[in-house]
Amino acid sequence: MFLHNYISKLQLDAPTPWGLFFQDSASPQMEGIEELHNNIMFYLAIILFTVTWMMISMIRNFLANKSPIAHKYMNHGTLIELIWTISPAFILILIAFPSFKLLYLMDEVMDPSLVVYAEGHQWYWSYQYPDFTNEDDEFIEFDSYIVPESDLEEGQFRMLEVDNRVIIPELTHTRIVISAADVIHSYACPSLGIKADAYPGRLNQASVYINRPGTFFGQCSEICGILHSSMPIAIQSVSIKDFLLWLREQMEG
Amino acid sequence: MGAIPEADPDEVLETKPFKFVTGYDARFPQQNQTKHCWQNYVDYYKCTTAKGEDFRPCKQFYHAFRSLCPKAWTDRWDGQREAGNFPVHLDK
Ligand SMILES: [Cu+2]
Repeated sequence: MFLHNYISKLQLDAPTPWGLFFQDSASPQMEGIEELHNNIMFYLAIILFTVTWMMISMIRNFLANKSPIAHKYMNHGTLIELIWTISPAFILILIAFPSFKLLYLMDEVMDPSLVVYAEGHQWYWSYQYPDFTNEDDEFIEFDSYIVPESDLEEGQFRMLEVDNRVIIPELTHTRIVISAADVIHSYACPSLGIKADAYPGRLNQASVYINRPGTFFGQCSEICGILHSSMPIAIQSVSIKDFLLWLREQMEG
Repeated sequence: MGAIPEADPDEVLETKPFKFVTGYDARFPQQNQTKHCWQNYVDYYKCTTAKGEDFRPCKQFYHAFRSLCPKAWTDRWDGQREAGNFPVHLDK
């Protein structure tokens, strides 16, 4: 990861056509997920090649014309059965331990510095920043609608850009509280490694720690009606100073 | 909205203390924080009923539910308290 940052300053923060791999991570969670994925892919490759090799050699060695009575003698073997039962169980344990470790680490919400409340609606997300209030006890509250294709400007992403992005300071522990107003939605952002269902009447939390500036995109991930595809999520991470400037402008405006 | 405003280079920056209010609560370690919000709302009004509005330690509950609960929820509970049909006895 360190070397990767050293080589390329260009990061992939949005989906690409035919993109088969992850977007670049921007949070420790996503780094953990990538690491786990790579680990599991290692076992997967070994298993795939071993099993394929076994299948092919079985087919080649026990063709009907080569050994016509194989079915009479090759029908039981305690040792080989023990091996092919115990070794997959062992491999599953090897996969399960890092998987659970990561799962519980991601669940952990560190003492967060701010809370962002995200609420799913048919079909947009609305956000609140309840920690920062002005003299009248009001806080920042806005709706985040998709930018329709006809209004897109050069360089904006179709079906991903929104009119009001969520602004989150980088290098800050943030708690995102997720809920919904009508039906079940799901709040997701691949680069940050978060995905949590948004239920009406329930508050789900996700912990976010963005480790670099950038704009990260996600989409509603629970089918929620006809415009399910048209309620994208755009999270912009900025320096703490810029965040405070934005905050002040919002509070005064 | 959304655009980050330009910083004024002449502006004098001052550093102010900032208190993190809704930290980790060992009673609510789950992803589901609904009860975390609710419990703090109930505790705040129980606290002020028992000790009065000005009792400083009650503020901790206020900050916690204020930052966790959606405004619509607390507005509704406020209405229920005023109408006298809030589902919890706050004086007990
Ligand atoms: Cu949705």
